[in-house]
Amino acid sequence: MDNKPDNSPDTHEESVGVPAPEGAANLIDTDYKIGQDNYQASPMGVNIDLHGAVFSFSSLVVLAFVILTLALPDQAASWFDGAKNWINANMSWFLIGAANVFVILCLALIVSPLGKVRIGGAKAKPDFSYLGWFSMLFAAGMGVGLMFYGVSEPMSHYGTALGGISMGEDGARTDWAPLGAAADNPAAAYSLGMAATIFHWGLHPWAIYAIVALSLAIFAYNKGLPLTVRSMFYPLLGERIWGWPGHLIDILAVFATLFGLATSLGIGAQQAAAGLNHLFDVPGGNTTLVLLISAITAVAIVSIVLGVDKGVKRLSEMNMVLAFLLLMFVIFVGPTLLIATGFFKNLGSYFVELPFLSNPFGREDANFSQGWTTFYWAWWISWSPFVGMFIARVSRGRSVREFLTAVLLVPSTVSVLWMTAFGTTAIEQMKNGFEGATNADLPVKLFEVLSQMPLAEITSFIAIVLVIVFFVTSSDSGSLVIDTITAGGKIDAPKPQRVFWGVIEGAIAIALLVGGGLAALQSAAVAAGLPFTVVLLVGCYAIVKGLMSEPRGK
Amino acid sequence: MFNSIMVPVDLAHLDALEKPLTVAADMARHYNAQLCYVGVTTSQPSSVARTPEEYEQKLKTFAQEHAPDNGHQPTARVYNSHDPVTDLDDILLKAIDDVGADLVVMGTHLPHHIDAIMPANGSKVAAHSDVSVFLVRP
Repeated sequence: MDNKPDNSPDTHEESVGVPAPEGAANLIDTDYKIGQDNYQASPMGVNIDLHGAVFSFSSLVVLAFVILTLALPDQAASWFDGAKNWINANMSWFLIGAANVFVILCLALIVSPLGKVRIGGAKAKPDFSYLGWFSMLFAAGMGVGLMFYGVSEPMSHYGTALGGISMGEDGARTDWAPLGAAADNPAAAYSLGMAATIFHWGLHPWAIYAIVALSLAIFAYNKGLPLTVRSMFYPLLGERIWGWPGHLIDILAVFATLFGLATSLGIGAQQAAAGLNHLFDVPGGNTTLVLLISAITAVAIVSIVLGVDKGVKRLSEMNMVLAFLLLMFVIFVGPTLLIATGFFKNLGSYFVELPFLSNPFGREDANFSQGWTTFYWAWWISWSPFVGMFIARVSRGRSVREFLTAVLLVPSTVSVLWMTAFGTTAIEQMKNGFEGATNADLPVKLFEVLSQMPLAEITSFIAIVLVIVFFVTSSDSGSLVIDTITAGGKIDAPKPQRVFWGVIEGAIAIALLVGGGLAALQSAAVAAGLPFTVVLLVGCYAIVKGLMSEPRGK
Repeated sequence: MFNSIMVPVDLAHLDALEKPLTVAADMARHYNAQLCYVGVTTSQPSSVARTPEEYEQKLKTFAQEHAPDNGHQPTARVYNSHDPVTDLDDILLKAIDDVGADLVVMGTHLPHHIDAIMPANGSKVAAHSDVSVFLVRP
């Protein structure tokens, strides 16, 4: 808790009307009052305070989608898969190109004079300490993906690159290797594989989050608009954002967040179940998954009831400590020297390959660029309203430069280290003839690699705990975000509402997991990435426009 | 008997505050006590104010308008919270110490079964503070 009591007891000074606030000098002049469209009531003694249109439409759409995917699983799966495949095949250039725009804009802002603008006005003080702030943005943004893909992705790219290029009958490549592959050259395959992995976990995803977070933060803290996604559109739509165009944007954001979270909750439960099965022979199957999701949801609800400081922040910090311990363990017990030198080498090969990996046009490695890169970009983008809004919520008082460094450069560096440590360890084991991880299912690969190292039981247990806590931190921050959007940008909506959204997330995840619609919904969430790319491009415009009108700090 | 009276104020729900404010003002007159109005806001724009600074100004103006003319200047204190829905009780308890209040006058709602799992802020403040707390029901 960061209380800032007013120390000057004298209220003698003239205070007629509403004077201009200190620092944030460029509030947008609007007559809209936050919460004016809200529905407030107190049925059964439970207070509610909701944005009527956004809440009811997004709940209905969500309900309809769940019923549809459960009632017509095959058709739904083929529709969503069709949409996803169409995007991969036809819109790949757009997604890859847009992601490059985000990275370039973020890097340019760091060095430009606009980087001096402070979020919340020139005199704003940071709301959170560096540690708490960084833990929260990292735990919300990536977390469990690192656990899931840290081992499997470097191994996949290494394997396919080593396999070389193979052509199908129609002249299209059938291999999944990045770029021109590195047939029968393990050293080159390692560099290329690591570069490709880091590409997917480095600057691009964090730039996607940063764009959403920064534009929301600027329009909420510096311009005085409510903290909800529609505010990003003010430079474009003006006062119309308070009407249906704004409602639609918010509904889309709720939708993407809810399904992104529910599908990830399902996937995370699968990995935790696989780990428990690997370690304790807990039987797999739906019962275990349902119990796991219920448990994760229950912990998440406790966390959101405790609030940002006592719940989300503490769990995020705990996560950081556990993740750091696991990372250090792998670095020191694994091939330490190779990881240490690999870190710099991989960073080098990442930058060398970056122009080719991020090239949106004329790609020959269609399987890789569409199946991996486009998929990832759409996935990150569909998560961006949620992660971006949460990051925005905790970032008041940072300068734009500080903000972008912490949201873009630091997490990217951590990702490079993480991927290098787990990837190098796994690939070394592979080279030494261990095939357990290669043959294992995706969720089990991490545990197979850990099993080849000392203290495997302890580290695997830590890994399971990490997977679960990472999900709790995503789920609780996600519920806070959805609650804020559906309450018309109110941070202080009554508690039962956030509990409601936490329960809904768990319920959707269970329904889809048991009903078999999880893969379909994952495709749907990825498909939602395409319209959101347009939202993000608008965000780029809004950021520049918003920052240009701000006073720059010293 | 009382020298310093603290009144938590929610500027978003002024309609519900009339009774507690009147009680506080009457008691301040009766005991010749100083009044301190305490408000909690967020960094994010809210229905009351678009910045924390604006909130502070509004609360100060409010204090001037509502305090009785008993020779004491009213004071106003604003606390910034990351999550007021969950932190309110703790902030009010801290404010009692900061203000040095010996009486808290605050509005509360009628008791309800939901209080068992989510107790009213007034009850929690009374339970965790050693100063007198006057809960004013609507």
